[in-house]
This record gives sequence, C-alpha cells and structure tokens, in this order.
Amino acid sequence: MENEKDISRDLFPGALEMMILESLRRQPAHGYALVQHIQQRSKNLLQVEEGSLYPALQRLLKTKMVKAAWTISPSTNRRVRIYQITKAGLEHLERQISSFDRMLEGIQMVLGPARRATNT
Amino acid sequence: MSWLERIFRGRRHDDDLAEELLEHIEERTEQIMRLEHLSRPEARQAALRAFGNPTLVQTHSREVWEWSRLEAFLVDLKLVARRLSRSPGFAVTVLLTLSLGIGANTAVFSVVDSVLLKPLPYPESDRLVTLSLQAPGAAGLTSFRDGLLLSPSMFLTFAEHNRAFQSLGVWSAGTANLTGIAQPEEVHVITVSRGLLETLAIPPLAGRWLNADDQKPNASKSVMIGYGFWQRQFGGQQNVIGQTIRLDAQSWQIVGIMPRGFKVVDTDFDFLRPAPSAFDPRHQIMEGFAWNGVGRLKNGVAIGQADADVTSMIPVWMDSWSDGPKSNSHFFEVWRITAALKPLKQQVIGNIGNVLWLVMGTIGIVMLIVCTNVASLLLVRADSRQQELAVRAALGAGRGRIARELIIESVALGAVGGGAGIAVAYAALRLLSAIGPVNLPRLSEISLSFESLCFTAGLSIFSGLFFGSIVSLKYSRVGAAAALRRSSRTASAGRDRHRSQNVLVIAQVAMALVLLVCAGLMMRSFAVLLNTQPGFSDPEHLQTMRVAILPSLVSDPVAVTHAQNEIADKVAQLPGVSSVGYAADVPMEGLEPNWNSIFVQGRDAWGAKSTLPMRLFNYTSPNYFHTMGSRMIAGREFTWDDVYNQRPVGIISENLARELFGSAQAAIGKQITYFQRVPWHQVIGVVEDARHNGVDAPAPAIVYWPTMSENLYGPEPLDAVRGVTFVVHSQRAGSESLTQEMQQAVWQINGELPVSGLRTMQEITSKSLARTSFALTMLGIAATIALALGIIGIYGVISYSVSQRTREMGIRIALGAQKSELRWLFVRSALVLTCAGLVIGFCAAAAVAQLMRTLLFGISPLDPLSFAMVALILVAAAALASLLPASRVFAIDPVDVLKVE
Repeated sequence: MENEKDISRDLFPGALEMMILESLRRQPAHGYALVQHIQQRSKNLLQVEEGSLYPALQRLLKTKMVKAAWTISPSTNRRVRIYQITKAGLEHLERQISSFDRMLEGIQMVLGPARRATNT
Repeated sequence: MSWLERIFRGRRHDDDLAEELLEHIEERTEQIMRLEHLSRPEARQAALRAFGNPTLVQTHSREVWEWSRLEAFLVDLKLVARRLSRSPGFAVTVLLTLSLGIGANTAVFSVVDSVLLKPLPYPESDRLVTLSLQAPGAAGLTSFRDGLLLSPSMFLTFAEHNRAFQSLGVWSAGTANLTGIAQPEEVHVITVSRGLLETLAIPPLAGRWLNADDQKPNASKSVMIGYGFWQRQFGGQQNVIGQTIRLDAQSWQIVGIMPRGFKVVDTDFDFLRPAPSAFDPRHQIMEGFAWNGVGRLKNGVAIGQADADVTSMIPVWMDSWSDGPKSNSHFFEVWRITAALKPLKQQVIGNIGNVLWLVMGTIGIVMLIVCTNVASLLLVRADSRQQELAVRAALGAGRGRIARELIIESVALGAVGGGAGIAVAYAALRLLSAIGPVNLPRLSEISLSFESLCFTAGLSIFSGLFFGSIVSLKYSRVGAAAALRRSSRTASAGRDRHRSQNVLVIAQVAMALVLLVCAGLMMRSFAVLLNTQPGFSDPEHLQTMRVAILPSLVSDPVAVTHAQNEIADKVAQLPGVSSVGYAADVPMEGLEPNWNSIFVQGRDAWGAKSTLPMRLFNYTSPNYFHTMGSRMIAGREFTWDDVYNQRPVGIISENLARELFGSAQAAIGKQITYFQRVPWHQVIGVVEDARHNGVDAPAPAIVYWPTMSENLYGPEPLDAVRGVTFVVHSQRAGSESLTQEMQQAVWQINGELPVSGLRTMQEITSKSLARTSFALTMLGIAATIALALGIIGIYGVISYSVSQRTREMGIRIALGAQKSELRWLFVRSALVLTCAGLVIGFCAAAAVAQLMRTLLFGISPLDPLSFAMVALILVAAAALASLLPASRVFAIDPVDVLKVE
C-alpha cells in the first residue's frame, strides 16, 4: 500500500507501465534487466524502488500488453522470465505516448507564459 | 488466462512470482558484490534495500489479479469458521439470537409488505377508488362506519353523468338460501351492478362475466360462482357452467366461475348475482343507501378531480329522482352530501395499518437490541483476543487488515443468522396463516416474497456491519504497545475497556423500557376493554344461531312469528338451556338492521325530521334481554301478548332515555314513533346500553321494537323481521352437541330452513377485540424478548466484570473488605447503568406512546401506572441479573488469587 503511494508521489499513474512498454519495444527483457535499463536511460533521475516494477508487470500481463516466458539467460546461465511486448501493448504505447505528449505540451503552455510574466 | 485456469494455477503463479523476485535480488546482490566489493551478506542487505519488501511486492503483484481479493476473503472466511468452531457455545448463542431477531423481522416485514405495501390484486389497482360519501348534515348517520353508502338511484346518476371514471359499479354483500342440495345451506352472495366486474377487471376463470343483458329487467337469471364454492360443491368440474341451482327458491343458471383468490374488494363470496330490479330506472326512489361503490379512474385523473366530479353530481341526482309526487327530493340538501373518495387499498386495509406499523417498529427495536447484545458478546470475545490482535499489530498487520477481519467475522455471523432467520420467518408465517388471527385483511396474500428475502439479506448484512463496526472501531485502533502492556497479566482491568459495554447496556435497557411501556399500555387498554360493560353478561354461556325464514317458504308475517316462537320454545326445552330469545341483530355481529330518527309526542314537530338525529333500530323478542343478561333499568320487556296483539310499544336504551327524558324512570309511558303514518308507541322499558359496534366503540342510542310491526311499504298490513339471531343461555354453549340439537329443533319446525352463525357471544366479543389483542400479543412477544435480552446483557456485563476483577477483589478481601460489600459494588454498578437507561427510555417511551394514541382505550399515553410498573420490573430484573454473577465474589479465595501471581 505504502509502496504504491510512493510511486504515485514520484510518477503519475501509468508512467511506470509506459516506460516498461517502451523498454520492451526496443528488446524483450527480464525484470532485472528492465530496471537496469530504465535507471540507465533516466540517468538515475528517476528513483524507482525496484520491487514496484513487478506489480506493474503483473498489470501489463493481465491486460495482455506483454507476454512472458521462462528461458535460460545466455549471459548468466540462469532461468529467467523474459517479457515481450504484444501487439496490443504496442498500440497502447502509441496512444499513451501521444496523449502524454499532448499533456506535456499543455502543461508547458500553461507554465511557460506565467514564468515569463514573473520574470519580466 | 481464464478465471478457471487462474484458480487452478494460482499456486504455480505464486511460485513463478516468488522465483522471479528471488532471481532479481540474487542478480542485484551479485552485481553489488562485483562492483562494490562487499561481502555477500552485506551486498544482499543493500540489494534488499533497493528492492523493497519482497513479501509486500509479492502481495501487491498478486492483488493485481482481481481474484486475489476474493481469495483473501475466502481465507478470512476460513479463519472465521475455524475460530467459531473452536467456541461453539459463543457461535450458537450469537446465531440463535440473530436468527430469532432476523426471522421475526422478516416475518413482520412480509406481513407489512403483503398487506400494506403491495398493490391490490387487480390490474392497475392504483386507479381504483371507493365511492364513499360524507353527510355531515345527517345527524347520527356518522355512526355508519364508512360514511354514507350509495343508493341505486345515485349509482344510476353517477354511471350516466360522471366524467372522471373509466367505469364504476356498486355491490352489496348478503346471504341467500341454497336449496336442492343435501342440506339447505346459507350461502354468501354479493349482488353487483353493471360495471362492477369491468371496474375490478379480473377475467373469469371459465365461462363469462355477468353482462349488461343480465342486468336488464326480465332477463333470465344468471349467476357466477366463486372458486371456493366451485371446489367445495362441484369438486372443480368444468361442466358446472350451464347448470341450474336454486337460490332463495328461484332458479339461477351458472354462467361463469371467478378465479382463485378473487374477492370483491375485501369480501369473499359463493355467488355473484345481478340485481335487475334494484337498478331498474323505472322504479327508483332517493333512498336505499346500502351499496358500496367502486370506481376505476380514467388515466391521469387525480382522486381530487374525481372527488369534485362526484360532489357535482349530487344536485343532478336530486334533480333526477324523487320519492313520489308530493316529496321534495332537494330535502337532502340539509344532509350536505359530498364525496369522500379513498383509494380502494385504504378501504381494504382499514385501520390495521396503525397496528402493523407499530408492530414493525417494535420488532425493529428488538432487532436493535439483538444487535447490541451480539455486539457486547463480540466485545467480550475480542477482549479475550486482545493479546492476539496486539501481537499481530506489532508484527505489522495494518489497522485495516484487523478491522476487515473483525467485520468479516460479524458479517458472516449476520449472514448465517439471516439464513436461519428465513427458516424462522417461514415457520412464523405458516403459523400466522394457520391461526388466521385478527380478520387481518389480505391474509391469504401473505407470503415470503422476493422483497422479503431482499429485506432479510439487507438486514443480515447491515446488522453484521453494525455490530462489527462497533467492535472493530474499538479494537483496531488500539495501539499495539498499549494493548500489549495492558493485556499483561499484572495489570488490573482499565476503566475504558468497559465503556463501550456500558453504553450498550444502557441502550438495551432504554429500548427494552420503550417496548415494555408500549406493551404495558396495550395491556392496560385491554384490561379496560375487558372491564367495559358490553350490555350483556356471561358471554361464554350465550350461544347464537341465525335463522332466516323467506317469503317463498312462509309468506304470512304472523306465521313467521309463530315459527320463530316455536323454535324458541323447542330450543328452550333442550337439556341445559335456561333461557332463549332472539333479535334482528345481536351486539357486535356487524349487522345494522335499521336507522331512523324518532319523534317524541308533544315535542317534535313532523317537519323537524331533518334536524332529528338518527337512532339505531333493533327488533327483539320477548325474553331476549333476560337471556342476554342485559339489565332492565326501568319497566319491562316485550311479552308475546304485546307481539301477537300488535300493541304499539317500544324499549329504549338508557343513554337515549337520559338524552330525551332526563332519566330512565321518566321515559316510561312516553309516546314515540318514527313516521307520521305510524301510531304512537309507548315506551315500556329502558334497558342498559349495548356496545353494538364493538367493545371499543361508544354505545349508540338504540330503539328496540317488537319483531312484528305495521308494514309501511307493501300491500300487507303487517311485516315481520325474517332474519333473526337466536340467543340461548346454556352451560353447554359452544358444544357440538348443543348446536346439533338446536339445528334439529329448527328443522322440526321446517326442514328447509337454513341455519348459520352458530357462535358463542364470547367468540363474537373476541372478534371485536381482535385488533387490540393482536397488537397486545405482538407487543407482548417483542417486550418479552427485549426484557430477556436486556437481562442477558446486564448479566453478561456484570459477570465479565467480576471475572476481570477477581484479582482486585482478592486483594481487597485480603485487606479486609467484606464480601457482601463487594457484591453490592457490582449490583450497584448494574443499577447505575439501569437507571441511566431508564431515564433515556422514559423520554423515548413518552414520545412513542403518543404515536400509538389511537390504539389505546380509556387510558392516557402517559399512564403513570404503566410507566412505574415497567420501571420497577426493569430495576428488579437488573438487580437479579447482577446479583447472580456478583455472588461469585463469595467464592473468591484471596490466597488462591494471590498465589497465582
């Protein structure tokens, strides 16, 4: 419960899922690799508790945005669960990104002039 | 993954997840070891910190799959079941209490739902209204129970000129003699006008309705039969249609059968017959106000508009008809007749609504008491689980988690109790229809309906939530540390631990007081009613029997009187019979033979008729008052000489004598009559008042005439009352043997005479008291349950308090306290709680008693005796309930108690 609150404080709902889907679009990965990837790409700006990734993955699995399969990792020689984005996931990601872009644009339009006004 | 797979693969799914998480942490650990050169345990610590709580992550991941919530619920349920099975005594007590409470509520709700809430069993029954009228200008007429009924001429006017009704009709219930079958039988007949069946709109089960042709003069005689009669008399055979039967010595052809459960408004019947002559427009007068009207409003017409419509037709009626060439039909203007239409449902339910809502309210209070009782039982149990709950809280169980579990336990108890309650309700309803107590309207329609079951489900869950939230509010917020400290055995019980229980006990006492006061008031009313002089005595030894001699059997009025006289003599000779008399109507039988105003010689002018009040007329035989045990205040009864010689004599009731002449003695010898053409009659006797319309209704002013008198309307000079009720005073009253011998006596005079109405006056009186006794019984049951639960509540709290304070008591005894003083300590605390409850309860009871004012008779709603008695009972019960557990302090041995420490 508290964990979820922390996420929502740092990120908006759905952000984590979006990042997971984006990472998986580049290539299928298992949980640990996903965390590594997100942290590297964000240059550690986003401090995500690693565990919170898994409920998000379960949500994606449930809505059939991703699928999972157990394989042997070639690098570590261990049994890992590889996640792969589905077609539905791809479509969802596209929609999310475009609506996210629009939202960002909107926020900037609101914040932009106001900041200028206070600056002058 | 389908839901089915999800359930079966649930465990594997969990294993996958666990493996995945372990894998993740392992990988991170290795990375940290590699990059930061830490030891494995240190690296693992760091990895776990970065990861978060794996168990929690796993729980959250599992919760993503919605079924996990249900799974958690099932787990909780399993826990609840396991815990309850470990304390069967507690579980059985709670479930028994709950099932009785919920069952009683369901049963009463079913009755309220079927009788008061459900629409009447006619199509679009909300458009049906009764066509009742008011006539405030007709003094005395207000004694008619339902205002002024309609006359045939009124019906004809209304049917022709109305604008508000789709259809309307009138009906009148009576009896007829059915002959030609093994024994002559008196059957129930409803005479209907055209339009009545169309208004009620229930199609026949077989055959056809009575139609307009059947109502035409000289139509062939057609009749419809009721379902009950069809089954009883014809075994449900289809071929009865077209058969001929003999009613009142005339042949009628059966043309249709009405379906099961069909009643005309609230009246059941054997036959429905048309009345061609009664509604023949060629022979109509103004009077004959004996017909009940029913109308079906046009779509969208409000009852107020219909009211105005009917009122506007009264002048039309006065213009259209007359009583003869010299009469003035606008005389009725002084009656000030207006419409007083009521929804038909209101007419059917009558005044039982008050009683039922009262019963529903009281049974609802019982449910509240049940809930508080269960809540205090749960509190005691939760208290003994305090340590367990505290430990769980300390180990990280959230407040919500513990509260959820406590509430699930309560709701589960409520649900199981509700399930058992349905069985209780079913049994109670079966019992109710079997007894068929108070001529409760719509009794046959009462059933455990879908609405009742919804009500039960709602009530069960709501009560579970109610007492569950009391418990969980108290226990889920207890700080773990404080709870752990307090539940250690070295501390004495804290004060606040008892606070909730004390509040519950006060609430219970207050609610029990309200119910006991209501029951007490009802009981006092009933006692007053029983002590009321009904105008006759020794009702359990008075047997009644109704015999009607129709013109088709004996036409001469003198011969009719002789036959009645002979029957009376024959019955008087039966063994064990001490006296016999007869009258057109005995009190409370529900018949009203006649109403009219009377003139006093030398005082009332003939023209003053419209200003004179209406008096009830009854017709009695010699020896009638002696048989009934009615006191003659002055003068004497009729004799057979008076009857056969047609002496103009009359007897009046005491209240009428006082009103007209000042005293009973002064009335003797005065001359009265009721019509200009009728000779003056001498008052020869004054008899005590009779409560003709029921024990709880005031005694009307009554004039008694001999059963044979001058005929005002027909060609014959004399007329005799043909339907009379015989009254027999006998120690054998009510026995099968006496009634059979009486019937034989009647048939010795004439083998074709039908006999009915074999009852004792006690039965007739009880029926009149039925409403009060029904309310009394229900309130009595509710109050008894409330008192028992209140006692259990007080007992439980004191008993628990004694067990909790055993250690403290041991120390006190060791220090020299007297045991009897310690016992008093507990009893006193119980009495303090009771008194607090009494104060609150008194205020509530005073308010509730105002609401039941209409049900009370002869006492004030704030009757001090009822209130004082109830307070005394409750204090005594509380003292007793606390004395028993408090006496356990005598068994405390200080040495034992202190040794345990």
